[in-house]
Amino acid sequence: MAATAPAATATAPIVEMENISIEFPGVKALQNVNFRLFPGEVHTLMGENGAGKSTLIKALTGVYKIDSGTITVAGGARRFTGTADAQSAGISTVYQEVNLCDNLTVGENVMLGHEVHGPFGINWRKTHQAAHEALERLGLGDLDPRQPLSTISLALQQLVAISRAMVTDSTVLILDEPTSSLDANEVEGLFTVIRRLRDQGVAILFVSHFLDQVYAISDRLTVLRNGEFVGEHLTRELSRSHLISLMIGKDVDSLNSLGSNRGRTAFAEAAPYYSAKSLGRKGSIEPVDIDVHAGEVVGLAGLLGSGRTELGRLIYGADRADSGEVTIDGAAAQVHSPVAGLARGIAFSTENRRDEGIIGDLTVRENLILAVQARRGWARPLSRREQNEICAKYLVELNVRPADPERAIRNLSGGNQQKVLLGRWLATNPELLILDEPTRGIDVGAKAEIQETIAALAEGGMSVVFISSELEEVVRLSERIIVLKDHRKIGEISNGPSVTADTIVDIIATEGSSE
Amino acid sequence: MTLTQLERPAAPSLLSRMKPNLETLPTLAAVAIFVAMLIYGEIAYGRIVAFSTISNLLINNAYLIILAVGLTFVILTGGIDLSVGAVIAISSLVGVMLANAGWNPLVVFVLMILIGSLFGVASGVLIQYFNVQPFIATLAMMFLARGLASILSTTPQRLDDDSAIRTLATPWKVYDGPKIDDLITTPNVLIAALVVIVAFFLLHRTRFGRTVYAIGGSEQSALLMGLPVVRTKLAIYVISGTLAGLAAVVYTSKLGIAQNITGVGWELDAIAAVIIGGTLLTGGAGFVLGSVIGALVLGLMNVLITRDGSIPPEATTIITGGILLAFVLLQRFVVSRKRKT
Repeated sequence: MAATAPAATATAPIVEMENISIEFPGVKALQNVNFRLFPGEVHTLMGENGAGKSTLIKALTGVYKIDSGTITVAGGARRFTGTADAQSAGISTVYQEVNLCDNLTVGENVMLGHEVHGPFGINWRKTHQAAHEALERLGLGDLDPRQPLSTISLALQQLVAISRAMVTDSTVLILDEPTSSLDANEVEGLFTVIRRLRDQGVAILFVSHFLDQVYAISDRLTVLRNGEFVGEHLTRELSRSHLISLMIGKDVDSLNSLGSNRGRTAFAEAAPYYSAKSLGRKGSIEPVDIDVHAGEVVGLAGLLGSGRTELGRLIYGADRADSGEVTIDGAAAQVHSPVAGLARGIAFSTENRRDEGIIGDLTVRENLILAVQARRGWARPLSRREQNEICAKYLVELNVRPADPERAIRNLSGGNQQKVLLGRWLATNPELLILDEPTRGIDVGAKAEIQETIAALAEGGMSVVFISSELEEVVRLSERIIVLKDHRKIGEISNGPSVTADTIVDIIATEGSSE
Repeated sequence: MTLTQLERPAAPSLLSRMKPNLETLPTLAAVAIFVAMLIYGEIAYGRIVAFSTISNLLINNAYLIILAVGLTFVILTGGIDLSVGAVIAISSLVGVMLANAGWNPLVVFVLMILIGSLFGVASGVLIQYFNVQPFIATLAMMFLARGLASILSTTPQRLDDDSAIRTLATPWKVYDGPKIDDLITTPNVLIAALVVIVAFFLLHRTRFGRTVYAIGGSEQSALLMGLPVVRTKLAIYVISGTLAGLAAVVYTSKLGIAQNITGVGWELDAIAAVIIGGTLLTGGAGFVLGSVIGALVLGLMNVLITRDGSIPPEATTIITGGILLAFVLLQRFVVSRKRKT
């Protein structure tokens, strides 16, 4: 735990969170996380997806209940009950998706709940005047408050949401990934506003995945990984590659011992099983060439938002590619839907286990047979005997615990849910298996078992596309690694003894600074 | 890089002047149709633009105006209330029976309204705390209210001729026109007018009203903005139920008869009035005054059909449906135009 001394120790922190822990069924979302926020600073929360950034914000604003730890705001211990409660204590949040009402005007949105009253109810002239003043404080004086919100750009709506937050004289402003849908100019406009507020003494908590933006705006950052506190640093004292390695983590000790022993084979000579040329989709990922040989594991590495998942979905057909040619087993193929993907022997295990993977109320057996049944079509239902055979085979093979096919899957731990999902796809006998973050948020033991299974599958001749934010894992399992950044393929490396996680970090970091 | 360099619509002032027009377009269309119907009726049948006709239009439709105002609140949030027609049946039956049994008319009056409020509370609680769809919750209340009414009586109950409740329907001559062309009003019409005024004030001049619109725009956003969403949604169903109770008083005092089948399909008339008046069925946009116009359009249509004589009364519902369809199509058009800009 490396914590550097803060710059503004002279002032007391306005928000201090100590030893915060939150546990959801099967997942430790936050474990003993510390966080503090000083007036007049922009403090960025860094970490990969699932690191616990949003959870920490929701813990602060009372959307989630904390299991242990203390939250101190302006010197007093607090436990908020929700957004409105936090708001009345001066903590306002602006979310990634603009949470305003686009059927109302700009001014109405800014003032909603804080309208100026006269003897005949709301005085609209004064209310719009107040809205105008609030907008002016952010340098938006020429925005007409009587204009419908739907007529202004998303970037301006974002700023309107901030104006709304400041109407309540907030001392703490939380911006949860405000830049994710803005272009460079709009981001610059937003940053101007953020700096203005910071100079007025507002404490700003900023979340973003874009390193460049983080370095442009933040004074201090706190890094989280897998729900744990990694460290608090002054932005100017932390190099980009150091930050990336903090975010990704080097769980080397625990994982090296599990390493797979398979030899690296040269596949370049043989014709690939799956080959795509310029596979891409507008707004999702720029055209990428990708080959996967039979028996080969190809890793997709990159930070979150780099286009890893998007590429996996394109290969499977979950999203429709708008460019590129695909060859499967030597024949040209069109994979435009998950059904087509399945029919071609492609399986895709999602990174979003809870929402897109398991169906929580169904039993382990029902979850396990879903994909096989989908591939056979609804007209030919699997007999109970066939279902039981599939269950018996994969529950043992993947060591699912408890090995009870009739238990509701939501009662299993994350790691065992993941094993069932893996079994679901293996039951379809895929030729090409795409695994998106199969080891996220599960304990080390289950992780090792899943890694071993993947290695064994490839050994058996299956093609695997392996997506993970843990670079060590990618390096250990893959024959080839495709590095992605900002929705582009920025490199492809053959794995070898000289390749480590740092090699990939370097590729990402150097590409980044050249922009 | 300054903020003024941020991308903005090319001509915000022009856009902002056009935008409200687009939003009020369906309501303006309702006004236009109402006026067109008046003119057509005057030319084709005569004595339409006359004090007596307009007076009767208001007197006969006071209950529908009150119902439509209640549903405006509900529909503005994106909800629906199917129970109002059945609530009128139970409320008026109870009212007539109690009044005939000699209860104090004032107590009866209050009780009739409270019966409506009670059903509103039940719907609201089901929707808000048991997470039942508004359609289903109010459908259940509709069956319950209708069933209770049928248990009370399946025969028409006549209010005693000397009942004090009938005073609400006393005609007051406001202006003595030539021959029988007088401007007449009743306490019932004044009650309806008061309801409209209060509703207008609530919706446009209070935070409660703004919350109603915000919920209709995006309930999720309203929650995250820290608005009292739960309380407000509960309140609108209570308002709708209470106004249904009030409509029962108005209707009973005028007709003097209550029956278990009173008000069948009235919830749909009220919804039609709200939609014709320009309120989006998905919520978030609309005006209470539009709903009044919508109710008057429906009422005037009945007058014209009666006057015409050649149109079979059975065709009334077909014409209502046709007008409704035209208005819904107009709204689709408006919404799709909004999306494009």
